[in-house]
Amino acid sequence: MLVWLGVLIAAMTAVLAGGTIAGQAGWAPKLALDLEGGTQMILAPKVEGGSGITEDQLNQAVAIIRQRVDGSGVAEAEISTQSGRNVVVSLPGTPAKETRALIQASADMNFRPVIQTGPGAAVPEASRTPADQLPKPTAEPANSSDENWITPEVYKQFEALDCDNPSQDKQQRSDPTKPLVTCEPASANSPAIKYILGPVEVKGSNIKSSSFQLQRGAQGAVTNEWAVNIQFDDAGTTKFKEITERLYKFYAAGGGQTGSDPKSQFAIVLDDQVISAPRSLAVITDGRPQITGGFTEESAKALSDQLRFGALPISFEIQSEQQISATLGGEQLRMGMLAGVIGLLLVFVYSLFQYRALGLVTVASLVIAGVLTFLAIAILGWTENYRLSLAGVAGLIVAIGQTADSFIVYFERIRDELREGRGLVSAVENGWKRAKRTILASKAVNLLAAVVLFFVAVGNVRGFAFTLGLTAIADLIVVFMFTHPTLQLLARTKFFGEGHRFSGLDPKRLGAVPLYRGAGRMRTPEDKPVAVVRAKNTGAAAEAERRMTIAERRLAEKQDQAQQAQLAGTSKSASKEGK
Amino acid sequence: MVNFSTFGNELYTGKRSYDFVGYRKIWFLIAGIAVALSILIPIAKGGFNLGIEFRGGSEFTVSNVKTTDASLGEKAVQGVVTGSVPRVANVAGTTMRIQTDKLTDDETLQIKEGLTKAYGVTDNEVTSTFVGPTWGADVTKQALMGLAIFVGLAAVLMALYFRTWKMSLSALVGMAVTMFMTAGVYGLSDFEVTPSAIIGFLTVLSYSLYDTVVVFDKIRENTSDMQASTRRTFAEEVNLAINQTLVRSINTMVVAILPVGAILFIGAGLLGAGTLRDLSLALFVGILVGTAATIFIAAPLYAALRQGEPELVKQAKRVEQRRAEAAAKTTSSASPATA
Repeated sequence: MLVWLGVLIAAMTAVLAGGTIAGQAGWAPKLALDLEGGTQMILAPKVEGGSGITEDQLNQAVAIIRQRVDGSGVAEAEISTQSGRNVVVSLPGTPAKETRALIQASADMNFRPVIQTGPGAAVPEASRTPADQLPKPTAEPANSSDENWITPEVYKQFEALDCDNPSQDKQQRSDPTKPLVTCEPASANSPAIKYILGPVEVKGSNIKSSSFQLQRGAQGAVTNEWAVNIQFDDAGTTKFKEITERLYKFYAAGGGQTGSDPKSQFAIVLDDQVISAPRSLAVITDGRPQITGGFTEESAKALSDQLRFGALPISFEIQSEQQISATLGGEQLRMGMLAGVIGLLLVFVYSLFQYRALGLVTVASLVIAGVLTFLAIAILGWTENYRLSLAGVAGLIVAIGQTADSFIVYFERIRDELREGRGLVSAVENGWKRAKRTILASKAVNLLAAVVLFFVAVGNVRGFAFTLGLTAIADLIVVFMFTHPTLQLLARTKFFGEGHRFSGLDPKRLGAVPLYRGAGRMRTPEDKPVAVVRAKNTGAAAEAERRMTIAERRLAEKQDQAQQAQLAGTSKSASKEGK
Repeated sequence: MVNFSTFGNELYTGKRSYDFVGYRKIWFLIAGIAVALSILIPIAKGGFNLGIEFRGGSEFTVSNVKTTDASLGEKAVQGVVTGSVPRVANVAGTTMRIQTDKLTDDETLQIKEGLTKAYGVTDNEVTSTFVGPTWGADVTKQALMGLAIFVGLAAVLMALYFRTWKMSLSALVGMAVTMFMTAGVYGLSDFEVTPSAIIGFLTVLSYSLYDTVVVFDKIRENTSDMQASTRRTFAEEVNLAINQTLVRSINTMVVAILPVGAILFIGAGLLGAGTLRDLSLALFVGILVGTAATIFIAAPLYAALRQGEPELVKQAKRVEQRRAEAAAKTTSSASPATA
């Protein structure tokens, strides 16, 4: 057992060491925000119209928020869902006001017509259009595709825009009534493209649903091409018909060739970024356009998901926003550690006082439990991104007491067995048999609490529950694989086996009744006052006998001896026994 | 404590015995009064001192202040939001905490600036927190749901393990007493009820049941052959089990409470209000009450619940009969011996 424990610890250390060498893990556990400093926002999604939110939608929301936060240039932001209802955003540092607004805002999806396109890279300073040659609007724009939307400012912005290195300060939402200069980020099969887009014509909320499928050919046979289908609601259908009527003209005027007039394209814009800009190849009157061209199953699904999410405008309400300074968290951690160490020392002193040398076993067991827990937290920090929070630290400190309890239960059972007059080796075995049950039953309650809290509760309650469960498991491992095997070994040593007075297992101090009691007599079942036990079966009687308290047993024995003395007619010599 | 192991021996052998079961009516009465007080005191005081997580609002923390004058903080807030009554407290050494009603973003920034100037600290030494009033309620709702599930499952687990629902019931009653009294201490002490305190509270419940299971397991062991034994009545067996595990109960309580106490008393001085302190108060009270509730409430209640069972009544009669016989024998056999 001891060997296996050694193997376990060595294996965990090796895993962690491997991770550290690979540069992914660290020896120290990862710290949660409250210890590391930063901002934590808890966002409650709000669906317009008040309907509920499904888990799918929430996951989409998380993806969108992640994109927004990353886009605003915040490194190492952590975004996760909480109990299927809330989104938790943890950022190092303090977010700018704009970042916060951006995170809160609902997904902003809309359709804008394309006016002009260009390669993603910025036009070099030298070859930019001189100020006097910039396009100037000649009249009020007639419709959203009108080139008169391109003012000198818009064009300058367009030339300067660098889609390969997008600047990360985009924190303002665009005005839906004005043209927009933006990018379509590079994807697997196309480089980044930049666009000048006209004002918004159809809103994402006009999308009723969206799906993806393999395209059917002219004869209805399934082809290998993936397609994304959109279905608009009534208002969307009317508007989309108008757009496609206009855009199709540009397409037809261009001779129906791909790559002709960019004005035949409409852009699907999500959070001011173009996610797709298909060409209008026909007038869509039924509000069910199909987008095709170069999709893989994955990219078709992604676009379809984005469209569906855009159709559901979820905004976020900040439920709680907390800024934690690293110094404050660090201070709390230091003080918490200090208090923990002091508490631990007190436990050491107390167990040495109570259990003498046996207390050392408690100390060693606690240390090993601590090492196991530490390794587990560090490994989980690496593989599961588990972060130790202040509540978790509290859980660890609280666990000291409950871990030590296993040893106390066990030691007390051994002492009980010694009091019954057993030798140490068998006392350890018998005590263990009985203590094992108690330890398992009580730890089951602890684990149950930890598991239920972990799955039901939110926020820092979870971190706490997690460490509590972790320590309960570590405790079980230690008591089975370390404490008990160690005691088995110690029971064979002279110091413990003979019950040295500092061993904590001194039978004399424990008031044990030895089986062998001098004067050539062994205490045997025949000695017992049989007449007194009015039992139906002897097995149970023997059990009851064993359960008799020692004071009772002595009394019974005295009575027994008195009877014997009376029968033998002799006087006090026999009755001195057992004193 | 003259000699703890002698004390333990005497408890184990039955030489020294505290009658926990016999005086159960007194314990139940005391517990009843304590629970009633725990309910009445918070009502009389107008509810618990709820933390900002439950009230909602904004909170500023200023570290490394030059002076701990509370009026500076009040002025800084009132300079921006006239008529507001902020709660300003010196939470630890050189850290001030200022709580206000809900503020707008602009107000928050302005007050932050004002506090920076008022306390002569740098920008990053002032942190602000905004908490919606639903956050704490959400946490509590989830926690209570967890609690209900846990209690249900634990009751089933115990009933299966001990093979009697009466143990589950007794354990849960003991837990409920612990729960009410811990809550009562919060009501009495004016400690803030924060989500951390709720966590502590939940831990207490798990600890309370854990402690009860350990003692009940000894009772189970002692009473497993009740039908065949005439040694002691059921109530006496239960009482003996409590006495035999008394040393364990005390040791465990001391060991569990030492680290918690270290956080509570050292932490309260050094840390001020915070997760750790809020948590440790609940634990400190809960461990004390929980241990006591097992000994004085849960186990005696179990004895009381089972005592009336026909089998056990018969068994108690047999014990009495046996004792009467034994007493007769002792007197008859003792007299010739001394003669």
